[in-house]
Amino acid sequence: MRNTKRTQKIAFFFLFLATLLVVVPVGMIVVIIVQKGIPAINWQFLTDVPRQGMRSGGIFPAIIGTLYLVGGAIIFALPIGLLAAIYLSEYSKENFLSRIIKLAIVNLAGVPSVVYGLFGLALFVVFCKFGASILAGSLTLGIMILPIIITTSREALESVPYSFREVSLSLGASKWQTIRHIVLPNAIPGILTGTILGLGRAAGETAPILFTVAAFYLPRLPKSIFDQAMALPYHLYVISTQVPNVDEKIRYGTALVLLTLVLFMNLVAIIIRYKFRKKKKW
Amino acid sequence: MYINKISAQNVNFYYGKTHALKNINLDIYKNQVTAIIGPSGCGKSTFIRLLNRMNELIPFTRLTGNIYLDEADIFDPTIDAVEIRRRVGMVFQKPNPFPKSIFDNIAYGLRVNGIRDKEYINEKVEKSLKRAVLWEEVKHRLHESALKLSGGQQQRLCIARCLAVETKVILFDEPCASLDPISTAKIEELIMELKKDYTIVIVTHNMQQAARVSDYAAFFLLGELVESGRTQDIFTAPKNKKTEAYITGRFG
Repeated sequence: MRNTKRTQKIAFFFLFLATLLVVVPVGMIVVIIVQKGIPAINWQFLTDVPRQGMRSGGIFPAIIGTLYLVGGAIIFALPIGLLAAIYLSEYSKENFLSRIIKLAIVNLAGVPSVVYGLFGLALFVVFCKFGASILAGSLTLGIMILPIIITTSREALESVPYSFREVSLSLGASKWQTIRHIVLPNAIPGILTGTILGLGRAAGETAPILFTVAAFYLPRLPKSIFDQAMALPYHLYVISTQVPNVDEKIRYGTALVLLTLVLFMNLVAIIIRYKFRKKKKW
Repeated sequence: MYINKISAQNVNFYYGKTHALKNINLDIYKNQVTAIIGPSGCGKSTFIRLLNRMNELIPFTRLTGNIYLDEADIFDPTIDAVEIRRRVGMVFQKPNPFPKSIFDNIAYGLRVNGIRDKEYINEKVEKSLKRAVLWEEVKHRLHESALKLSGGQQQRLCIARCLAVETKVILFDEPCASLDPISTAKIEELIMELKKDYTIVIVTHNMQQAARVSDYAAFFLLGELVESGRTQDIFTAPKNKKTEAYITGRFG
């Protein structure tokens, strides 16, 4: 009796420890970056262009560049991803083709991000002659987040009860009307969550933008989608490894801004999901 | 004799290799309640889901034979299933209102059928709710979520939703299976009232219910139609021994 109790206690201890070990790195990353980055954050840092070879001034062009890239990626990836998800969950029959498509999506999710960068370079920059540009970078990021959007949208669509579709059809609605008026509205929170998670991923990646858009040093705002742009993750890489004598607080300040942006997006996704769960009653 | 509304002739239905319905011949009469009875898995639901072409949503199924609605073949390739479903409504086993307001639930069928006239929709919603004896209970909260209603109210809402789309036939697939006795009684009363204007087919496991509400009954067993006829005759003097055994509760 006592033995089993002791074993249980030991087991609980290790389980708890393992769980704690997940939390610790996250907490430490946030604490260290906030601690070291906060002194750099001021109005000038957020709204000024980099000066003196990025050793002073701000990171405004990088913030704007990242927002452009994320926006561009979503304009491209959301419609395609959503339509593909609708096709896969509502129309495709279980056959060889649909299995190939699903396999392709899984593999797309597993491709290392630097490979996307190289692919984007070959296809968009060189072949399509977009040059290193916001357009090329957005498309590359868009392809990278497609699998996230397709997978989460498909899950959201498939979680809408079959009985809703059945009733809608039995009332004389067509399949498309059923999808449009019954399935999609009930799946939107899930689709939104997935999209925002994809956005967060796109905002933080360095490799895909490395060859396709990112400017080493461009102390002005991009003029068009064919312009190069600075971006937060690449800027962070540059000032951390490529430029000597950059003040530590500038590096951590940049990291803090990037982290805040990504965490904020994730937070929005969590809030949407939470609100939806509370409302959901079937 | 009554007017023939639906007529199934030599109907066979397969789920993959499973032969689910075997050579069914059954007439369903206008403005009568026809009960489909039989143990679980005998093909009752499969049969009524053929009448509004819901079965074709299931992959790997196959049908032979004909079903006529007002003497027109419902499986005629030139007829759209959507057209059939507008004429043959269905109430499902579990009350399944959409997560929309009470009003929008009823209006949905009208809207997808292209009706935009607000006046007409308002009128139709009220009429359908009155017809389903739900109006008095919900008239002050038409724009609240339908999910707030009780199970019995939800089921009557589903019936009202069905009535709003000018259906002529209503299929009930065990409509009271998840309801308490009082709600069940209300639904049964409603069914008997509705038969004045509609042709009704009801699948039920409950023999008393079949006896109470139906004029005609058809007994299915293992995919075959064992016996059909006036409910009164089937319940008092079944011709087939299996029917008798089932009705008196010896199996199923």
